[in-house]
Amino acid sequence: MATSVRMSAPPPTGARALLLRLRNGDEVARLITLAFACIILLVTVGLIYQLWSTSALPRHKFGFGFLTSSQWNPVTGEFGAVPFIYGTVVTSLIALLIAVPLGVGAAIFLAELAPPRISSTFTFFIELLAAVPSVIYGLLAFFALVPLMRDYVEPFLRKTMGFLPVFSGTIFGLGYLTAGVILAIMTLPFIISISREALLEVPTEQREAALALGATRWESTWQAVVPYARLGIFGSVFLGLARALGETMAVTMVIGNDPKVHESMFALGYSIAAIIANEFSEATTDLHVQSLVLLGLVLFLLTIVINALARLLIIATARRGSS
Amino acid sequence: MTLRNRWRKTLSYVMLSLTGVCAVVAVATLFLILGYLVYNGWRSIDWNFFTQLSKPAGETGGGMKNAIVGSFQIILLATAIGLPVGFMAGVYLAEFGGKTFAFLVRYMADLLNGVPSIVIGIFAYAVVVVPMHGNSAVAGGFALALILIPITARSTEQFMTSVPETLREGALALGASKWRTIATVVVPAAYRGIATGMILGVARIAGETAPLLFTSGSSDNMNGLGQPTASLPVMIFYRALSPYDDWHRQAWAAGMVLLLLVLLANIAARMILSRGISVQK
Repeated sequence: MATSVRMSAPPPTGARALLLRLRNGDEVARLITLAFACIILLVTVGLIYQLWSTSALPRHKFGFGFLTSSQWNPVTGEFGAVPFIYGTVVTSLIALLIAVPLGVGAAIFLAELAPPRISSTFTFFIELLAAVPSVIYGLLAFFALVPLMRDYVEPFLRKTMGFLPVFSGTIFGLGYLTAGVILAIMTLPFIISISREALLEVPTEQREAALALGATRWESTWQAVVPYARLGIFGSVFLGLARALGETMAVTMVIGNDPKVHESMFALGYSIAAIIANEFSEATTDLHVQSLVLLGLVLFLLTIVINALARLLIIATARRGSS
Repeated sequence: MTLRNRWRKTLSYVMLSLTGVCAVVAVATLFLILGYLVYNGWRSIDWNFFTQLSKPAGETGGGMKNAIVGSFQIILLATAIGLPVGFMAGVYLAEFGGKTFAFLVRYMADLLNGVPSIVIGIFAYAVVVVPMHGNSAVAGGFALALILIPITARSTEQFMTSVPETLREGALALGASKWRTIATVVVPAAYRGIATGMILGVARIAGETAPLLFTSGSSDNMNGLGQPTASLPVMIFYRALSPYDDWHRQAWAAGMVLLLLVLLANIAARMILSRGISVQK
């Protein structure tokens, strides 16, 4: 008897269910926003596919030799990536060498020492620094930094440390070192603001424990707080590195555009982004254009690996900070 | 006090002061940049800058009216494509996203965000410039839109997810459907944050140069959207590297105008965000 009683209509299935859900609008809204989300997916996949397919010619002709050859001669059709990878990596490393100590120091000051008002004002200014377009950095570097490096900084370095091969040779003002310095200024705001956030995540107990054991303020900061936030700080460094690697305009304007590998940091060089900016619209042969696209692909792969590392490290600290 | 303790105290003072010096150096850089640019830009700017077209090499005088108009055209195009797409994708990520697919979209957006802008330029060149047989404002707008989309999507998502769940539950409990809840409760609650993200995104693309070099190109005239179009950042690049003093002067003027616009947009965006505390973290 009880089995014959129907409690309610069975839930609609299949097409009828979809129609019902469509009628109240939620499904429509979901599908529309889903379509837009798919655009992001399509663009990214399309970008990778495009880079891969339009660089087929040099990939087949040179193979991995592209990455080990240092010849770049559009006239004879020889293309190798070494001078550009070298220039990109060297300028970025110079940038980090300057920006990391300065940035971490500033972040420590903003997170640990400065009164909240000063800290937030400074942070505001530093975020504005991050918003300055790269062509403006290039403009300033070209007219202000280049003469400064040529007349004062580089002669000084050559006089004091000229016995090192990296600080010897002709001084132009343009070159690896100048490009590295302007990149340092450009990456500094990223390193400061993310390191600062990582330091702010450190629990107060960490500081109190160190101070209670008799540590000075600096010892507590350097031995208890900074190590705790180190993953986030490393993350900020990698993020700065990724930005420096892909930076185009400022570097193009001051690196000197010489497609060779030089030991001296005063020498003229070239970077991946700079050669694409300079030669892409003027390249005439397919092989030349596609070699530039292949360089773009190399740059792309380099930055996504560094970016992924950065994000993993930042996520790792955020997790630990909250637990 | 033992010698060792005195040393530890001194070290502490020295190192802590050094961190302060680092912070001051970083902030001073901003003011140096601003000061130097305004000093040089102010000496160089005149009415011709805003009212005259640029002149080809060899002729003195002229202004940057075409580049100013061109920049606005390109940015408007980029905004018209980038903001709606980014916003809707952000809504999907915040409200409708499941686990795996949303993760994938988020990952791809972050990946796209990290792509060097010059590489975006290569892509836009292949997708728009090659089929259209030439540089155009459309191609430039497309390239900048690709940069704007992931920025807008992620910031929209971030501010929508920070709207308290209780607000959504309240609306749903009153019988509103989900999309109505989003449109009338969640988005209004997060709109300051969303607007901030959008303004910051537009300010970011306004200064982008690398993706425009071989997409929108350069021109001394004001052309239609399908023709090569001058823009302020590209103009700064070419004028600064030219051998003419008159062109250097114009580069400084353009640099000042561009920097002031970008910084004003940034300050405005932050003021919008800080005035409304409707979004709690």
